[in-house]
Amino acid sequence: MSNTDTIVEVSNLDVTFQMDRGQSHVVRDVNLDVARNETLGIIGESGSGKSMLASSFLNAVIDPGVSTGKVMYHPEDGAPVSVLELSDSELDRFRWEEVAMVFQGAMSSFNPVTKIRTQFRETLQDHGRDIPAGMDRAHELLESVYLDPDRILDSYAHELSGGMKQRALIALSLLLEPDLLVLDEPTAALDLLMQRSIVTLLDELQTEYDLTLVFITHDLPLLTTLADRIAVMYAFNLTEIGTTDELLYNASHPYTRALLDATPDLNVPVDEMSIIKGSKPDPVDRISGCSYSPRCPIADDRCRSEEPPMMTVRDAHESACFYYDDAPDAVPISAAPDERPSSGRTTATEGRDN
Amino acid sequence: MSSEPMLSIDDVSVAFTDGGGLFDIFSDSETVRAVNDVSLTLGEQETLTLIGESGCGKSTLGKTAIGAQQPTSGTVRYRGQDIWKARNDAGSASIPFDEIRSALQIIHQDPGSALNPNQRLRTSLMIPLKQWYPDLSREERVERIHTLFEQVGMSPPDDYLNRYPHQLSGGETQRAVLVRALLLNPDVILADEAISALDVSLRVEMMDLMLELQELFQTSYLFISHDLSNARYIAEKSGGRIAVMYLGEIVEIGSVDEIMENPQHPYTKALQWATANLYDDGGDATFPLRKIDVPDPTDLPSGCHFHPRCPEAREVCQRQHPERIYIDDEETNYARCFRADEQHEYWNSPEITSGSSVDSS
Ligand code: SF4
Repeated sequence: MSNTDTIVEVSNLDVTFQMDRGQSHVVRDVNLDVARNETLGIIGESGSGKSMLASSFLNAVIDPGVSTGKVMYHPEDGAPVSVLELSDSELDRFRWEEVAMVFQGAMSSFNPVTKIRTQFRETLQDHGRDIPAGMDRAHELLESVYLDPDRILDSYAHELSGGMKQRALIALSLLLEPDLLVLDEPTAALDLLMQRSIVTLLDELQTEYDLTLVFITHDLPLLTTLADRIAVMYAFNLTEIGTTDELLYNASHPYTRALLDATPDLNVPVDEMSIIKGSKPDPVDRISGCSYSPRCPIADDRCRSEEPPMMTVRDAHESACFYYDDAPDAVPISAAPDERPSSGRTTATEGRDN
Repeated sequence: MSSEPMLSIDDVSVAFTDGGGLFDIFSDSETVRAVNDVSLTLGEQETLTLIGESGCGKSTLGKTAIGAQQPTSGTVRYRGQDIWKARNDAGSASIPFDEIRSALQIIHQDPGSALNPNQRLRTSLMIPLKQWYPDLSREERVERIHTLFEQVGMSPPDDYLNRYPHQLSGGETQRAVLVRALLLNPDVILADEAISALDVSLRVEMMDLMLELQELFQTSYLFISHDLSNARYIAEKSGGRIAVMYLGEIVEIGSVDEIMENPQHPYTKALQWATANLYDDGGDATFPLRKIDVPDPTDLPSGCHFHPRCPEAREVCQRQHPERIYIDDEETNYARCFRADEQHEYWNSPEITSGSSVDSS
């Protein structure tokens, strides 16, 4: 991928925590490119390392976590930025003006004791922006997430429903015109109907504001309606990556297939639904070979001793499984149709160039 | 055992005056009708699934059903005994209030909250047992806990019983809380979003466990969720019904087939849209609501409460409140939408064209 197409390049990324019982390795040697204007979904179960990977995009892994490796950000014009080497003040600017985030936790939330208007204004002020122009943009952004701007700006956060708050946060995150928006489980605490509504909105925002989105979640059905490409994390590693269609119809890692099969689906007869057997690995105890081998139905001695690298399944589709060719037969997915629809799926992103 | 249903809820409404916080934006002190004129029955070993958005009243209805919330009007009966009569006029009751409360148990949204973070599991579980069954010896109590732990797959029990809540995974916490509810041998378990906090891949496993235990312990479930696919899983596997709540009312109730294959209410259809399937062809891409947010519950819309968001709303929906329109001969399953009635004047009423705040083009 040439630099003009790539907005973020992650190479050899590791995230570690020093713990009493040893070093906890929560992201292991991840290599990943994000293309400009795409929506990349990162899927994984809780504790898979996906949030740490997301935080690394903004060098926001919290102490005592340490990110090593390289995260290169390529602005539309200008020199590339090595994110993990930014100073604190450079980071402050970078985090709002280039890459913004909406995280589930306390890292991005409204201050409970000031009105939301104040927080929009302060954000503009802190970054030396023109306030009237910025507040105009705030109005526009709030409207585009289907909120009544004046009512929201005059509220305190606790006066808003969860769905309103999350949409207001998304509007705030876009205030300083970032190019990349990283969303970590932004909708997890909300009702499904609101989740799906927000995802529909994000899709509209992406087109309207020319955004690149990185959307991290454990919710596969939600992700597939939005993402152009999906990266799968298992046990602190990237295990598979490909277009959403490829992953749905030609998943080539046994874990991805098990995950697809375990996802509740309204069309699947209930007795055909299955679960992923075995338990999740521990970030301190290092598993030899493939980290999925203890749970994998087709693992053999090679899998238990040698670590599978990312292998190309076909263009832009990679899987970290020695037997990526055998995976589809070995791990059937009950919801999957026998044939991929010829037209492909119509995702919400249909029709956009990417 | 009497022929009375396990639980019967008749014309129940629950109103709150100025609930703290949640809806502050709307007013200072007004009444929220959390539950509005709901009637339901729950039989032995039956499972009823309640779905709807937060604030729709499903948790309040659930709590009211198990006697943890007193209704403003209407009655809630356990095996024929009015729960609140039993509580307020113990002399007249055929079943004492205490017995009713221990027969009706709850598993919470936040399962961890049921376990004291500073106590080992053993202590957390022994206390309620001691409280409800003072006659059991310590050995008997321990044995009961051990047996249940084995049954939920937490084995060997002592390994788990010595732990503190933070030393359990999400799934283990759920299991421990399930054990805690089952210790008292309840007739009804209210599971309020009990699996929503789990990873998607663990939910099916947890629901299976709940259903397995239902058979073993012959409990009825009131299962509350905002997720139609979970609701459908539980309802289909247990042969139960699904009730859809919106702004305090049950707007549709029916068998899994009726709700999934032939939903009558546009809101049920919206919930279905929200439950994205992996392998759908995406044909249903249009946004099924005219507004994203639920209206102010202290100031309910006129007519059909759903009309400001309903994509099918017509003029009559703004002024007439839909009654229950039964869709089966036994009159148990119904929808509160004029569209379920082929004869209704709705079909000649002009469409509402303005007020659309979302289109997903
Ligand atoms: S009665 Fe009218 S507004 Fe209400 S759900 Fe039916 S069509 Fe929609």
